[in-house]
Amino acid sequence: MVKSKIKLQTKKLNVWYGNMHVVKDFTLKIPEKKITAVIGPSGCGKSTFLRSLNRMVELVPGARVSGEILLDGENIYDKDVDETEIRLRIGMVFQKPNPFPKSMYENVAYGLKVRGITEEKKLRLLVEESLKKVGLWEEVRDRLNRSALELSGGQQQRLCIARALAVKPEVILMDEPCSSLDPIATAKIEDLLFELKKDYTIVIVTHNLQQAARVSDYTAFMYAGKLIEHGRTEEIFERPKDKITQDYITGRFG
Amino acid sequence: MKLGTRKKLSEQLEDLKSKTMEMGALASTAVEKAVESLVKRNVRLAKKVIKEDDKIDDLEFEIENNCMHVIALQQPVAKDLRTIGTCLKIITDLERVGDRAVDIANITIEMAGRAPVKPLVDIPRMAELAVGMLRDSMRAFKEGNSSLAFELGKRDDEVDRLAHQVTRELFSYLVEDPKKISDAVRLMLVASFLERIADHATNIGERVIYMEKGEMVRIN
Repeated sequence: MVKSKIKLQTKKLNVWYGNMHVVKDFTLKIPEKKITAVIGPSGCGKSTFLRSLNRMVELVPGARVSGEILLDGENIYDKDVDETEIRLRIGMVFQKPNPFPKSMYENVAYGLKVRGITEEKKLRLLVEESLKKVGLWEEVRDRLNRSALELSGGQQQRLCIARALAVKPEVILMDEPCSSLDPIATAKIEDLLFELKKDYTIVIVTHNLQQAARVSDYTAFMYAGKLIEHGRTEEIFERPKDKITQDYITGRFG
Repeated sequence: MKLGTRKKLSEQLEDLKSKTMEMGALASTAVEKAVESLVKRNVRLAKKVIKEDDKIDDLEFEIENNCMHVIALQQPVAKDLRTIGTCLKIITDLERVGDRAVDIANITIEMAGRAPVKPLVDIPRMAELAVGMLRDSMRAFKEGNSSLAFELGKRDDEVDRLAHQVTRELFSYLVEDPKKISDAVRLMLVASFLERIADHATNIGERVIYMEKGEMVRIN
């Protein structure tokens, strides 16, 4: 079904929070430089699934993970793998824009500095490159030293995406990136996704089914912790095979 | 899991389906009456068929409009979307069926007052088959019955065979008596109109299969 090269792959992934079994035997292939949308009702485990893809789920007390997640064929949960390194290769953008209460410049340069880049000229160049990628450069170039909190919600979210891009990740995870944005800011982010998928593999979790239909190449439908159906987005939205998928995407589900 | 939400969308889809059914019933009756007018040389009935085609045309616009509203306002997907797509395609076929009925009714009027070319046997038989197919295609649509839809392909072959037969037979009349040429040609047209109507029924059958299974197949 998935013909492109596989960037990220989960095999029999299970996640528990204490006794709560949240993700169940989840096996999914995520193709390179494509957008994969994960949809499903609230509480079905999709955010947990997303957070397990870059080991962020380990930050939750009591969380336990079994199974494999392969990034270019290597299991990211292997003991000798450095999770910080993984989070640099697999970046994340959250539901609400969460810029640091610092200048716009510092926000984007932050990850680079963590990576040990200190040369001012190089930092400037990389910050500019990231801001250009998200279409924010022209809007903020004259006020880079002003607080990021001055920006509108949509601009803040694009700044957060620029921050994630600055460290040159290979995969970007997005958890409801447009849910707090108006339609115009949403459209800008969606346009940006089309640009970004030329260079990055993107996994997006969304409640907005129309958004999943508009932006993604592949859609995975998750229900009660399980992967119910996965396929090309047009197949899922035009002729889903599973009755539960059909009921969910047509909204006959309560 | 509790089903039955999206009440408004469900109601709108039901309404679309019942209007499309109504259009199908009008188109089927129009063909039946048009052929009856031809057989019984009843000009009054022919004129009635022509006049009532307006209802079919109006319904086409109304249904198309409603489909657009539902798409714009409800963003349907999966089977809901396929149902709307099917309605949009079916109404084009039904509108054309109505037009063919009008064509046949016009031929009744044109042939009035002249001695018949021949007693009509195969044409009423063709009409019966074609109208039967049309009614069954609409029943398949109403019930979501794809096996009934699938059979239409085979039934269409029988209509095609009869159309050839009628044409061959009329051809011999045409050679025999030059005075009969114009009416023999008109009856050939009627046979080809009925053959087209069966094709429209077959198209409707294909759309029903798509609506039900999401697969686009040719059944004839």
